[in-house]
Amino acid sequence: MHNIEDTLIPKVAVITDVRIDTPDIKTFRVVTPDGKKAFDHMPGQCAMLSVPGVGEAMFSITSSPTNTEYMEFSIKKCGCVTEWLHAAEVGQQITVRGPYGKPFPVDDEFAGKNLLFIAGGVGLAPLRSVINYCRHYRDRYGKIDIVYGSRSKEDLLDYNEIIEEWAKDANVDVHLTIDTAQEGWTENVGFIPQFVKGLKFDTDRTAVLCGPPIMIKLTLEALTSLGFEKNQVYTTLELRMKCGVGKCGRCNVGSKYVCKDGPVFRFDELDELPAEY
Amino acid sequence: MQQITRDLLIEKASAFLEKENNSCVIGWRKGEFDYDITPYVFDNKEDLEKYFVWNDFCGANVSKYLINKTQKYDKTLVFLKPCDTYSFNQLLTEHRFSRDKVYAIGIPCEGMANVNKVKAIAGEGIEKIEFLPEGLKVTNLYGDEPAVIAYTDVLAERCLNCKSKAHVAYDELIGEDGSVISSNRFDEVERLEKMTPDERFAFWQKELSKCIRCNACRDVCPACSCEKCVFDNPASGVENKAPASSMEEKMFHIIRAFHVAGRCTDCGECSRVCPQGIPLHLLNRKFIKDINEFYGEYQAGAVEGSRAPLVDYTEGDIEPYEIFDRGDK
Amino acid sequence: MRKCSIEKLYSAFSELSSTMQIYLPVSNEEGKANYEKWTEGKLWSEALNTERSAKDFFFPQTEDLMKFKTEGKNIEIIDIRSEKEDFVIFGARACDVRSFDILDRVFLTDPVDSFYKARRDKGVIVSTACSRPAETCFCKAFGIDASEPCGDVTTWRVNDEVYFKSNTEKGDAFMKKIEKFTEECDEEKVDEQKAKIKKIIDKLPLSDLDTSDFGGGKTAEFFNSPLWAEMSSTCLGCGTCTFVCPTCQCYDIKEFNTGKEVIRYRCWDSCMYSEFTRMAHGNNRLTQTERFRQRFMHKLVYYPENNDGIFGCVGCGRCLSKCPISMNIVKVMKKLGGNE
Repeated sequence: MHNIEDTLIPKVAVITDVRIDTPDIKTFRVVTPDGKKAFDHMPGQCAMLSVPGVGEAMFSITSSPTNTEYMEFSIKKCGCVTEWLHAAEVGQQITVRGPYGKPFPVDDEFAGKNLLFIAGGVGLAPLRSVINYCRHYRDRYGKIDIVYGSRSKEDLLDYNEIIEEWAKDANVDVHLTIDTAQEGWTENVGFIPQFVKGLKFDTDRTAVLCGPPIMIKLTLEALTSLGFEKNQVYTTLELRMKCGVGKCGRCNVGSKYVCKDGPVFRFDELDELPAEY
Repeated sequence: MQQITRDLLIEKASAFLEKENNSCVIGWRKGEFDYDITPYVFDNKEDLEKYFVWNDFCGANVSKYLINKTQKYDKTLVFLKPCDTYSFNQLLTEHRFSRDKVYAIGIPCEGMANVNKVKAIAGEGIEKIEFLPEGLKVTNLYGDEPAVIAYTDVLAERCLNCKSKAHVAYDELIGEDGSVISSNRFDEVERLEKMTPDERFAFWQKELSKCIRCNACRDVCPACSCEKCVFDNPASGVENKAPASSMEEKMFHIIRAFHVAGRCTDCGECSRVCPQGIPLHLLNRKFIKDINEFYGEYQAGAVEGSRAPLVDYTEGDIEPYEIFDRGDK
Repeated sequence: MRKCSIEKLYSAFSELSSTMQIYLPVSNEEGKANYEKWTEGKLWSEALNTERSAKDFFFPQTEDLMKFKTEGKNIEIIDIRSEKEDFVIFGARACDVRSFDILDRVFLTDPVDSFYKARRDKGVIVSTACSRPAETCFCKAFGIDASEPCGDVTTWRVNDEVYFKSNTEKGDAFMKKIEKFTEECDEEKVDEQKAKIKKIIDKLPLSDLDTSDFGGGKTAEFFNSPLWAEMSSTCLGCGTCTFVCPTCQCYDIKEFNTGKEVIRYRCWDSCMYSEFTRMAHGNNRLTQTERFRQRFMHKLVYYPENNDGIFGCVGCGRCLSKCPISMNIVKVMKKLGGNE
């Protein structure tokens, strides 16, 4: 029996770096005990992390698949597992299993397109993977725009990477916004939907949205008002999951399981599903 | 056989719905078979006339629904059998709903039938049940001669041991009120008390190991009216769902019995709904019997606002060592 | 076709039980049957069906998945899976046999659930035709033939004799093992029995339950129906229907810390429970109406949509007799389909 793989049985992994991103988000670097990447994945896919005795939870893999050395997870403190992880130190072992879910169509539908990434708060975590993947294979894609907003400058995830790397890339434009004015902040102040509307993007691009439900709803409206069709806009969903492979039965929206058929959905696909997410 | 007719209840209910705005009637609705009855919230006359039912299978105690329904409707009519009125009073004592939003009609009850007993006698494949004065006439699908079964042969356990034919709360009463009955309901508890601890443990081990943790006993129980049950709280460490070990299901039932002690009116719904046939009411009756013996006769729900002995203090209260000594025996 | 007397069957069990476990329906004092491990003297119940479904054999109520030992910052994962022993489920009814197909489509599709498969591989299913179906039965509505159930071996109980027909290789192997207790026979008695059962089944009040309104692609038609609120208005939110159901397979994964090690186990879970979809930051099904809808949409629309039109119900009738408020899939189908 022991040589038969079962997706429910995880691997041991070790935290090799903990980065404090915002007051409530930390990014954890994870490898196997012998220093390798636990498994390969594609942008948008997730992994189950667990702390035995505390619990198991699904997180999106925020590092790019092009990083062959390790995986990273940006995790917001909001439950037992995440609280425990936030208290963990480098060298702590956890368990990891995956990858789960359908990735962003980076190699087909996204190929050759202009891309518009819009993220709010911790919603950047799943997008960071796809953004860095597209930056790595830069010539496969057209213009890249990244709109990112959060409550305050301190709440912006990966701020240094955004400023030092993304913003300096050729043909990549980064547009930052925070909810309320702050000393020393020279970029936009205001909520993402209005910001997106004001940036007047033309519709010759594929958009990817990720953030809190209300931000997604209003930003989709903003994109629609700019002339975007729903089949041009993608998002990722998050529901309670236990197995990760469409068997435990709790993350379904209609006949689709978010863990297996998602988490990436196009808005025209979501329109086919009942509004239960 | 029940003495009052469905038509009389429908008449009362229809008049109520007509008179009161945003109102509902909690009663019983007929299902696929003559014994198949669903507690139901009626909000229109048409449904009442088509589906309302009152017969010997209307065992469901509908008083607990008042907690939710009185929040949705301005006025709710509820039909209460004598035993249901105890639950009604207990819920009021615990301030679970507003009395002024409810119109309670007490209806007499001749005791309710347990369909499992009917099936045990008549067999599966029931096509029709007729309610005759001399008993239930059961016709089956197999063309056998219909059986006429005396009501007393199929009475639910809780009705065989009925504690009261008296209504303790109502706005209107249909028919003559009955009286409190001295029942034999503690006989089975006494039988368990006489067992050796090992025998008793074996008895409960066997019964409780059947538990599938469906929570039906808790969810139907009028005394289990917490907005959030500890067994539903993932942070409690005793969250619901299946047992992690044989010990865990015992914990669930014992904790539940402790929590409803002094508040359980002995309505018997827990045992009625248990899909595994566990005699859960015996746990509660043990507490009732002990409370009666320690603190004097007390019937939860008999008097609205009464203080249960376990949350009251009197000088005559039993001393802990007396209980300890008693447990020793 | 082969046959043997009931008496000989027990002799066969006696011999078989030294190499494999035999489970069969046994009645208790109240006449309620449940599967029990056969030991000398235990009698095969003639009750229509077992109170608990047969899904426990492959998907038990709780099952340990793995153990963890932690020391300082280190974790050790202990794989506790073991070879299962051969066993026989004897006397499963047609509805429960179909339920295995429904569970297979969940647990055996990629990625295969090795815990389920380990049991499934070792189990031989010997089914039995129904002789006295009840008013709560409606397997016919789902295309199940209670007069000739599937399984590795099909049996018919006619008076004091049992007739056997093998359907699979596993069945052939089983028949070989009990060969000396059985004898070759013709099908006359069985055909008679089948005709008799079919006649009864046609008479059952729920046999003509209409399923044509349901199936994949019907989400939009039913999801927003106002009838869900009405049908669920007295639902207690307990898990009885899901736990007695032979096809309900939702599970939870939980942990238990013994102090020495952490056991990760899975257990049945219910979409009827308020916590089922609760996350740290929200719950997408806040009301009992939404949870009630999920259960029936899953069986009648979502499951068939993902599984070639097969419904997630086998018409065993357990929910009909066990629901505390007597609300069930038959009532839901009739109401939604406008056939009340």
